[in-house]
Amino acid sequence: MSEAPTPRTMLEKIWSRHRIVEREDGQVLLFVDRHLVHDGTAPAFAALHRRGLAPRAPERITATPDHYVPTDHRDIAAIADPERRFMVESLVRDTARHGITMFGLTDRRQGIVHVIGPEEGLSQPGMIIVCADSHTSTHGAVGALAFGVGMTETTHVLAHQALWQRRPRTMRITVDGALGPGVVAKDVILAIIARIGTAGATGHVVEYAGGAIRGLSMEGRLTLCNMSIEAGARAGMVAPDDTTHAYLHGRPHAPQGADWEAALARWRALPSDADAVFDAEVRLDGAAIEPMVTWGTSPEDALPIGGVVPDPAGAADADRRAAMERALAYMGLTPGTRLAEIPVDRVFIGSCTNGRIEDLRAAAAIARGRTVAPQVEAWVVPGSGLVKEQAEAEGLDRVFRAAGFQWREAGCSMCLGTNGEIASPGQRCASTSNRNFVGRQGPGARTHLMGPAMAAAAAVTGRLCDVRRLAAGG
Amino acid sequence: MERFQRLDAVAVPIARPNVDTDQITPARFLHKPRSDDHGNYLFHDVRRRPDGTPDPGFVMNRPEYAGAQVIVAERNFACGSSRENAVWALYDHGFRAAIAPSFGDIFAANGLKNGLLPVRLPEDVVAGLIAALEAEPGARVQVDLEAQTVTLPDGSVHPFEIDPFSRHCLLNGVDELDYTGTLAPQIDAFMNRYGRENR
Ligand code: SF4
Repeated sequence: MSEAPTPRTMLEKIWSRHRIVEREDGQVLLFVDRHLVHDGTAPAFAALHRRGLAPRAPERITATPDHYVPTDHRDIAAIADPERRFMVESLVRDTARHGITMFGLTDRRQGIVHVIGPEEGLSQPGMIIVCADSHTSTHGAVGALAFGVGMTETTHVLAHQALWQRRPRTMRITVDGALGPGVVAKDVILAIIARIGTAGATGHVVEYAGGAIRGLSMEGRLTLCNMSIEAGARAGMVAPDDTTHAYLHGRPHAPQGADWEAALARWRALPSDADAVFDAEVRLDGAAIEPMVTWGTSPEDALPIGGVVPDPAGAADADRRAAMERALAYMGLTPGTRLAEIPVDRVFIGSCTNGRIEDLRAAAAIARGRTVAPQVEAWVVPGSGLVKEQAEAEGLDRVFRAAGFQWREAGCSMCLGTNGEIASPGQRCASTSNRNFVGRQGPGARTHLMGPAMAAAAAVTGRLCDVRRLAAGG
Repeated sequence: MERFQRLDAVAVPIARPNVDTDQITPARFLHKPRSDDHGNYLFHDVRRRPDGTPDPGFVMNRPEYAGAQVIVAERNFACGSSRENAVWALYDHGFRAAIAPSFGDIFAANGLKNGLLPVRLPEDVVAGLIAALEAEPGARVQVDLEAQTVTLPDGSVHPFEIDPFSRHCLLNGVDELDYTGTLAPQIDAFMNRYGRENR
C-alpha cells in the first residue's frame, strides 16, 4: 500500500480500497461489498438469465420484498393484482434459484430494504453498498459509500459484483451547534435541501459533519443520509464514531469476536483526515433550524412550520414563479395561508426515511392520550418486521391504536404507493416519507413532508401543527 | 443496445426545471414488464386529461412535435428516483437524446446504458434552444455523437462532453457488461485479496 501524500476524505479512502482496475477514460471498476435487492429487481434477473449468467457472489446479496407488498396481510397469494403479485413472486423465485439470502413476506426480518440493511448489521463502515433504489444513500449513515443504481447497472453488479464509476466530487455539509427542542434529523435535511435546492449536490457525495450531526442517533443519521438524493447527491455519509460502533455491535451480520476488533481498527481509520479538502462546503447553524414542513411539490419547497404559504410574486425569477404557481395550484393552497392552519385528510408515518423504532417512539409520544381528528385517516407502517416487533414490545402499537391510528405490517406502502396503497385525488397527506412530487402518493394526492412527531401532531389536531406546542402540553 | 451515431430530428421543448422521474413515469407503472411499450406511460398524468384523452395544452401533444426524437428541458431534468423506467418511457416513445443544462445523476447513467444520450449544454444555450423550439414548433436539431456536437435550428454548433467509454459503447451499440466480463481474472484476484484483508 502506497503512502497517501495528502490528507484524504472518507470518500477517497473508501474509493481507493475498492478500486479493481481503472479504464482509460478514468472510470474505475469498484468492488461492491453488499448488494441489496428488492421486489422491483425482476428485470435485472431476467436480463442476467437472458445472457445465461448467474450472480457472481450470491453470498453478498440480501433480498427482501418491500415495494409491492401489502401492509394489511402477509399472504403473497392474496395479492389481488396479478402484476404486483408477480413482482413479489419473482423475487422469491430468483433468490431461491441462486441461493440468495431472502427475508420473505412472512419472515420477521422482512422490511424496507434500507431499514433492514443497518438493522441486520449488513451495512457497515467502509463498505460500498448498492441497490436498485435511489434511497440507498441511507446506508451512508454508518460510514459506507452507498448509492442507488439503475436496472442495467444492477444486472452488471449481479454478474460481476462490481460497477464502473467516475469518482464523484465531494461536498461537506457542516451543521454546527445543537438542535433546539423538538427539532429532529428530518428538519435538518429539509432545511439543507431548502437551502441548496434539489440539484444543490448533484454530482457530489455529501459528508455530513459538525456538532449537530455528531449529536444525532443512528436513526437520525439514517434519516439524514436517506434524503441526500433529494438534494441531488449521489450519496450521503456520516463518519463512523462510537454511536455507529455501539449501534452495530452484536447485530446478526456485524463482525463478531476477534473479527469485531479488527473491524473496529479499520473503521477508526475511515473518517476524513483533519485537513482533507472538499470540493464544496456548506454550513448551517443547527440552533437556527426549526421544525419543517413542505408546502409544494419539490422537497426544496420546505419552510419552518411557523411560516406561511409563499407568494409566487416574490419569486427570484420567472421560472421559479411559474414553478411555484404550478405547485400551489396542484397543492390547492393560497399564498399567505399560515402553514399551521392547513387541514389534512391522511397521515402516513413510515418509509425508509422515518420508519425506524425511534421514529415510532417520537410519534407515539405525541399520540399517547390523544385521538386522531375525526376526518383524518392515519396510518403507522413500521419499516421492518423487527421494528414492528420492538414497537409492540414497548406497547407503542396500543398507543397508536387507542388514538385511532391504523397499525400495519412492514413495507413501503404509501411512500410510493406501488403496492396500491395510495391517497385519493385531492386528499392532503402529512407524510414522513421523502418525496412530495406530483402524484407521488397517488394521482392528484397532495403530500406535505415532515418528521414523525409532526405527522402525529397533524393526525391528532387535523392540521399541520407545530409539534412543540403539543409536546409542551398545549 | 441500439447504435447511436448521428441524429437529425424534431426536438420537443419542456420549459421546466426539475422535471422529476415520477412525472416522467408514474409509480403505478413501475411493475410493467420491459416488453411493454413504456412510451404509453411517458408523462402519463400530465399528457392526458382526467378522462384519459390527450391534453392539448401539453406540449408533446402538439402535432408539430410528432415523431420528436430529442427532448429539451431546463436544469436538473429527471431528478429523483433510480427507475430505469424513466429512460424506457422516453426511449420507447422514440426519444434518442435529451438535452438539458443538468440531469439527475442516475438518470444520465441509465440513459447512456440504454441508447438515450444525455447531452449537457450551457444554461443560456438551452434557454435559447427552448425559445427557438417554442417559436418554431417542429424545428430540428442535429446531434452528432462522433463529433460531440449539437447543431441548433439557427445553425449554431455547440460541443458537448461525454465519457469516452460511454461514447464508444453508444457508437458501436455494445454494452459494458460483456466488456467487464473480460476482466474476470482481475476481479477474482481483487476478491481474493480483499476477502483476506477484511475478515
Ligand atoms: S420507503 Fe419509499 S423511498 Fe423508501 S425504498 Fe420504499 S418506496 Fe423507496
